[in-house]
Amino acid sequence: MPEILDRARTQVLDGGVGLDEAGVLAVLRLPDEHLTETLQLAHEVRMRWCGPEVEVEGIVSLKTGGCPEDCHFCSQSGLFASPVRSVWLDIPSLVEAAKQTAATGATEFCIVAAVRGPDERLMKQMREGVAAIRAEVDIQVAASLGMLTQDQVDELVEMGVHRYNHNLETCRSYFPNVVSTHSWEERWETLRMVRASGMEVCCGGILGLGETVEQRAEFAAQLAELEPHEVPLNFLNPRPGTPLGDQPVVAPRDALRAIAAFRLAMPRTILRYAGGREITLGDLGTRDGLLGGINAVIVGNYLTTLGRPANEDLALLDELKMPVKALSATL
Amino acid sequence: MTMTTETANWCDRCGEAAATGDHDACRAARALEPPRYCPQCRRRMKVQVLPSGWSAVCVEHGTHAAPR
Ligand code: SF4
Ligand SMILES: [Zn+2]
Ligand SMILES: [Zn+2]
Repeated sequence: MPEILDRARTQVLDGGVGLDEAGVLAVLRLPDEHLTETLQLAHEVRMRWCGPEVEVEGIVSLKTGGCPEDCHFCSQSGLFASPVRSVWLDIPSLVEAAKQTAATGATEFCIVAAVRGPDERLMKQMREGVAAIRAEVDIQVAASLGMLTQDQVDELVEMGVHRYNHNLETCRSYFPNVVSTHSWEERWETLRMVRASGMEVCCGGILGLGETVEQRAEFAAQLAELEPHEVPLNFLNPRPGTPLGDQPVVAPRDALRAIAAFRLAMPRTILRYAGGREITLGDLGTRDGLLGGINAVIVGNYLTTLGRPANEDLALLDELKMPVKALSATL
Repeated sequence: MTMTTETANWCDRCGEAAATGDHDACRAARALEPPRYCPQCRRRMKVQVLPSGWSAVCVEHGTHAAPR
């Protein structure tokens, strides 16, 4: 067994202490012949420190497209020639989406808006929408609305939003290559306020933006430092019209190695399969990831693209004997 | 107003003429994407993706929808 996996077995599996940046990099550099044992170890770490439950979430776009920011991977930026048009979801449809999500057994429903940060119109939609969902649907409400002011943080807490997603997207050193309209530090500042407010912090990113393996390791270490409750891992699904529209997708083995490495960096976090798994890893990838460190999934469709039908993921969890985390366990 | 099936003049993914060019990649991609262009007039549609479906509206030709 490679030295780094030996070390990870003692330090991460037995001790619950995540690998540092150099350790993550060593895992990311392991040759393919060690991939199976790497995934196996990451799975053991997940089972030991998180348990067999899988957290299931649905997401919906409350405000799509027309974003003033220029994140180079994003089809919702209004600055690129992307075919995605601006559209708002009405409250009855939002509540219906929450109901459909709850019907899959999901405990999390994340409301997402393509904005730099919320304006008064969006905050009003949130107030009405979250209140309506909480009155009618048994599900935890999370939100992802970009960068926040302290007042907005306080208001989301008051509404009962229990978790806030704000992705750092990529490591600090690579971020300026991907986004020019705001900084990594501005994102970090929102995360700091969210953490201090008592809301759970959900922060991850996208692999395959053109970052090096070293930068992937840097990113894992920076996330570990943040200690987020949840880390959603996306794989780039190159979108027509965006600056990264012709970027190759991450090779399946590299994607799986990254999943295992991120788990070994963060033994206790909820590590969620988010967008791009279908494109990068195909149907079998979902199984491999769930047996390699992943312990949460987004079911159903994404914001502007479609996912596997929820029942296929749920059937897989059943087959793997991984129970869906119950609402009572999250309260 | 719900759209009935009519001849597709335009590729609903890339917005180019359906009869010319190769849209195999578009068709494959559409398994995991909603349409973006109206197949009758190539206008960009207003598309809302939902956890279990999507709807796409052309101002001229109405709504396409696919629940799952
Ligand atoms: S801020 Fe969000 S919605 Fe806007 S361009 Fe960046 S990723 Fe897309
Ligand atoms: Zn086409
Ligand atoms: Zn039309």
